[in-house]
Amino acid sequence: MDKFTTHTGQVAPLRRSNVDTDQIIPAVYLKRVTKTGFEDGLFAEWREDEKFLLNRPEYRSATILVTGTEFGTGSSREHAVWALKDYGFKAVIAPRFGDIFRGNSLKNGLLTVELPEAAVEELWLRAELHPESEITVDLEACEVRAGDRTWGFEFDEFLRWRMMEGLDDVALTLRDEDKIAAFESNRDAWRPRTLPVQV
Amino acid sequence: MSPTPHESEGTAPRTLAQKVWDAHVVRTGGQQPDLLYIDLHLLHEVTSPQAFDGLRVAGRKVRRTDLTIATEDHNTPTDNLFTIADPTSRKQIETLRANCEEFGVRIHSLGDENQGVVHVVGPQLGLTQPGMTVVCGDSHTSTHGAFGSIAFGIGTSEVEHVLATQTLPQAKPKFMAVTVNGSLPEGVSAKDLILKVISITGTGGGKGHIVEYRGQAIEELSMEGRMTVCNMSIEWGAKAGMIAPDEKTSEYVKGRAHAPKGEEWDAAVAYWQTLKTDEGAVFDKEIVIDAASLSPFVTWGTNPGQGVELSGDVPNPEDFDDPIARTTAAGALEYMGLEAGTPMREIDVDVVFLGSCTNGRIEDLRTAAEVIKGRKVAEGVNMMVVPGSAKVREQAIAEGLDKVFIDAGADWRFAGCSMCLGMNPDQLTPGQRAASTSNRNFEGRQGKGGRTHLVSPAVAAATAVTGHLASPADL
Repeated sequence: MDKFTTHTGQVAPLRRSNVDTDQIIPAVYLKRVTKTGFEDGLFAEWREDEKFLLNRPEYRSATILVTGTEFGTGSSREHAVWALKDYGFKAVIAPRFGDIFRGNSLKNGLLTVELPEAAVEELWLRAELHPESEITVDLEACEVRAGDRTWGFEFDEFLRWRMMEGLDDVALTLRDEDKIAAFESNRDAWRPRTLPVQV
Repeated sequence: MSPTPHESEGTAPRTLAQKVWDAHVVRTGGQQPDLLYIDLHLLHEVTSPQAFDGLRVAGRKVRRTDLTIATEDHNTPTDNLFTIADPTSRKQIETLRANCEEFGVRIHSLGDENQGVVHVVGPQLGLTQPGMTVVCGDSHTSTHGAFGSIAFGIGTSEVEHVLATQTLPQAKPKFMAVTVNGSLPEGVSAKDLILKVISITGTGGGKGHIVEYRGQAIEELSMEGRMTVCNMSIEWGAKAGMIAPDEKTSEYVKGRAHAPKGEEWDAAVAYWQTLKTDEGAVFDKEIVIDAASLSPFVTWGTNPGQGVELSGDVPNPEDFDDPIARTTAAGALEYMGLEAGTPMREIDVDVVFLGSCTNGRIEDLRTAAEVIKGRKVAEGVNMMVVPGSAKVREQAIAEGLDKVFIDAGADWRFAGCSMCLGMNPDQLTPGQRAASTSNRNFEGRQGKGGRTHLVSPAVAAATAVTGHLASPADL
């Protein structure tokens, strides 16, 4: 996974709430068996409208998406995160995220930061008045900085460490392989199995 | 001071969810989240290819093929069992088959009696039992919580993690109770109940919580009804939904292919009987609902929280106090092509979809068949009936339900996710309006530009007959 410490870039102000993962990437784009190449599916239906935010030249190089509450609710499709990353987004800021989407984003080096509604509103206004202005999302300091404004954000300490180090969860877990084996040796015999048990 | 739920371990009173959680902790403490053991991992073609790829790249195996099972559902056609016309859909299914072959995972493919929607197949095989941890790369995994298991949807990175380690690191959730007192009135179903809950909480109200549904109305639900309720837990943002196992649960599991037998059955049931929230256990939050106040419930908007009684009207966005809810409602009405104040019953539909992991089980088909028997699907309405699994289809045929639907003029199809999500050939066309027994009315969910009203199987059937949103009482 890519490491994430800090990122500075332009903002795409997406004034919508309840953007579910079907909006982020419709199901017809989920048929690929690769982990990349999903950028064309990002907000596919909205992008058909030439006035949609991401079609406007002033937001073409935005790398930080600032959006309304309940972003990424619904389907568990990790393709939503891959699509945002493939398109070029490095971070998403919203008042609240869907749980599965949030978990997926942090496993792929896409930083998702929760800021209060008022901060999001301020970031929207800034990006609408001055699309070229940049903001900084700093995971080390747990801060978002825009001009002379600074907002702190909360972030789980373990997740922050994992993200800053770019660590692979599987390798981390396998350090405790002995504990998994010990747990397995104590499981009840009647627990169901999908395959005939080899004796 | 009463203990917080997270501190009450050992002999302190615990909730059902805490008990199941505690029984699966492989590692706890320190900075890392708890590492939970996973009892059952369900796979399907859409969210697994990149996970298997990850294993290959790292030179890893599937740790417990005997706790893993795959089926084909999202991309499968429902008009035949043999030809997947779309090459990318076909490729995804072929990739799943090849991965299962390579890694030794059991798979139920098109044509097999246990092929079908993954959340219908698990319980049908008796693989879903009380007190388990169940995961799948699909958010509606919460369905399996109906058995008193912790069951939740995961992303593809987590699918890879479970394949490699049979565990998942999980931050401890909070615990919530939804208590439904009294009995549901005649004609009100599990679907109406859960749509009402979501309309109260909104799409994010359950965030971070494992929810236990309880109370008389929940106890009185069939296992199918309980699965419908737990299935839609994710639609209000909950981590998982659960219902304490009781005799109905044991009866449902008993005799199924993977149910424990003999002495093991007795041991299992003895354990299952301990799976209930202790007297005095503390929930972080509780919602109480009076079942008697409920009536058939349908959605008018573009998220599952935007619902109203079937007897009500399309709401006016100006009536919402919250500015975000107001803007969202206005956008939803525009997308749905609806005018505020229109009685819900006057909304005409083009398509009725009966099926999905929410309402594609045998009881759902029976309920709809009972309504539609001896009647005709209205002129200009296309009613699709899609059993949740090949076995549900077989059983429906054995009961003569297929004939009821066909005689009424409905389209009787093969098992799969079908029109629940716009992925396979079953899709709405732009502007088409559907009454659907599925779980999501998001923009474009059932096909680009399609408009979805979520309804119960009984309302779906009555709507098919009248051509507008209706309940059986209207016929």
